[in-house]
Amino acid sequence: MDAILLQILNGLDKGSAYALIALGLTLIFGTLGVVNFAHGALFMLGSFCAVTLSKILVISKVTIDPEKVDFLGNPLKVKTPYVMEWFGESAGSTIIDWSVPLAILFAIPVMLLVGYIMERGLIKHFYKRPHADQILVTFGLAIVIQEIVKAAFGANPIPTPAPDVFRGSYDFGVLIGMEANAVIYPFWRLIYFGFSATIIAAVFAFLQFTTFGMVVRAGMADRETVGLLGINIDKRFTFMFGIAAAVAGLAGVMYTPINSPNYHMGMDFLVLSFVVVVVGGMGSLPGAVLAGFMLGILESFASMNEVKGFFEALYLPSIDQIIIYLVAIIVLLTRPRGLMGRAGVMED
Amino acid sequence: MNTLSKSDKMTFFIVAAISLLAPFILNPFPEGSAMAQFNAGYPDLMQRFAIFGILAIGFNILFGLTGYLSFGHAAFLGVGSYSAVWMFKLLSMNIIPGLILAVIIAGLFSLLIGFVSLRRSGIYFSILTLAFAQMSFSLAYSVLTPITNGETGLQLTLDDPRILDGANTTGNLPVTGLFGLEMRDTFSLDIGAWAFQFNIGYYVCAAFLLLSFYISIRIFRSPFGLMLRAIKTNQTRLNYTGLNSRPYTLAAFVISGMYAGLAGGLMASMDPLAGAERMQWTASGEIVLMTILGGTGTLLGPVLGAGFIKYFENIFSKINDTVLHTWFSFMPDGLENAIVWVLHFFVGKGWHLTLGLLFMMIVIFLPGGLMEGAERITKRFRAKKGGDSDTTPDTATKPAE
Repeated sequence: MDAILLQILNGLDKGSAYALIALGLTLIFGTLGVVNFAHGALFMLGSFCAVTLSKILVISKVTIDPEKVDFLGNPLKVKTPYVMEWFGESAGSTIIDWSVPLAILFAIPVMLLVGYIMERGLIKHFYKRPHADQILVTFGLAIVIQEIVKAAFGANPIPTPAPDVFRGSYDFGVLIGMEANAVIYPFWRLIYFGFSATIIAAVFAFLQFTTFGMVVRAGMADRETVGLLGINIDKRFTFMFGIAAAVAGLAGVMYTPINSPNYHMGMDFLVLSFVVVVVGGMGSLPGAVLAGFMLGILESFASMNEVKGFFEALYLPSIDQIIIYLVAIIVLLTRPRGLMGRAGVMED
Repeated sequence: MNTLSKSDKMTFFIVAAISLLAPFILNPFPEGSAMAQFNAGYPDLMQRFAIFGILAIGFNILFGLTGYLSFGHAAFLGVGSYSAVWMFKLLSMNIIPGLILAVIIAGLFSLLIGFVSLRRSGIYFSILTLAFAQMSFSLAYSVLTPITNGETGLQLTLDDPRILDGANTTGNLPVTGLFGLEMRDTFSLDIGAWAFQFNIGYYVCAAFLLLSFYISIRIFRSPFGLMLRAIKTNQTRLNYTGLNSRPYTLAAFVISGMYAGLAGGLMASMDPLAGAERMQWTASGEIVLMTILGGTGTLLGPVLGAGFIKYFENIFSKINDTVLHTWFSFMPDGLENAIVWVLHFFVGKGWHLTLGLLFMMIVIFLPGGLMEGAERITKRFRAKKGGDSDTTPDTATKPAE
């Protein structure tokens, strides 16, 4: 029982990332009808927002301490980050420590802007072109973003830790009435799951309960009619692109402590997120979320030793690396529209 | 349908002449001169031109004719490489059995993948092929380690059986060959300051390139090719006429998979090792880039695109800051440093950035690739020559692809 619970928890954090990226992809596809191959790059940009902020926060003022000398006998140079100087020692170090959660505030405007520029500057011109062209141009854009980040931050992963308080593990089992130390789980991953759930809920609430969201949903169902009613649907769709970019970015920001950001992480996640979108059903938001969590959990179950042993006993290779693809293939062949896709949407 | 049209013959002979004379054409600058770094006439690069040319021609048969955008073609390349290396390990260092097995296995593999993926079209097809390729990559990288040797990559060893070859007593790894001709043998011709290199491996690749090119011309001009184009134009209408299009797309998919297998086999023949990274989706992306850059659906385009990308990849990665400084040394220091600082991001390791930007430009402004660019230029040229204004461009004859 505890092993199963642990695997579910394990799957949840990766599943959260898949779900968030797939949600953004689906938002873009559902509103604008564009397949965005650069969405992984947006996820990666979000991660690097966190890296940038944590670097900005430790920009230091160099002063010379006349009383101490370093080992060469020169006067010792002391670096004090500006935040410490402005807010005092303890508050300053807390701010630096909390750089990743703070990066959320930093990433939202940045990602909205990036999304806006991307849509207005590039993707707008591709609505009437074939899907293949959209794939190709966003693929090119993904390469460009990736290479710019590589030029700016280097090719190595940059570790960006979570705040001190969340660094340990949490005895999750006790919470649900199990004995102590049965299910111990890293704190930050639980937070990541909670964070994603919040974001997903927020996006759905926004679409469901605001007038803006209502118009967007109407536009997704029938763009032309909404336009005929005198509503500038393009403008709202552009904003939705920004939201999708921000969702991917936030997924990236909070993922930094789990996985040190590097320039190609976006591509790695993108392929899987596409699979998630396809399994969930192209254009279905709940489908994307459901499939994201489901595939994340399936993946972690497939990597269990018991499951591996089972396949070994049958002289089969273990399938933990490919389970997601296998599921996708089965789903596509048996139910092409995906788990929750509407009939007739991109079904051929 | 048995003979090629005159213009096709011309195209074929031009390609044949260029590939035969490549060691001369690609080496226009004398050794030791400042421009020598722009030479491309050395065996390794010429082999790559030919191999990637084959790959792009094959991809073009699928994407250019049927419009199905496969994002997983590198998987067939990788499968071809692995099977060729296994042939070198087990049977003989002669490349022929290796290539045959590479083509067959890649064909079977693409039959399997094509059978599943071609049930869907459009974006679904792209994503499915992408998923299959990533799956093959993960399998090759970890699970199938006994066959693929995982992370290290499949290599030759001294104690491989190699049934057909005699016992290896030299203590060195054997080299790949074609009935006694070693692939790495290079004959060098010095004329004045120029050194032209004629490499056996390159000519083997070039021969296969010409064969592939010829087959591709025949496919383009055949009723089968016409059917594939019909699928690209309007598949629904084709279905309504009572034709089942799937056998045709599947055939195109398998043919292009076999091309990729041949390219993979040749790659392994030139350098007998195979690694999983050859199957990664960035590699598939590169194939797509080449074809689009050159011009999809044209005969020459893919070869051009492959040559273009491989040439500039090679040249650009060699340019570093020192080279840039010598180029711009005539400028005032401040300006020189500024220019070098800007260009620094686009050359050397930044080549992929240039490639990405170039690719985006092509997709945005010149969807027909380099071929369309050339066509536009000749059109304008002809219009001016004939004294026509640009308002009547239609009077210019349309080049027959």
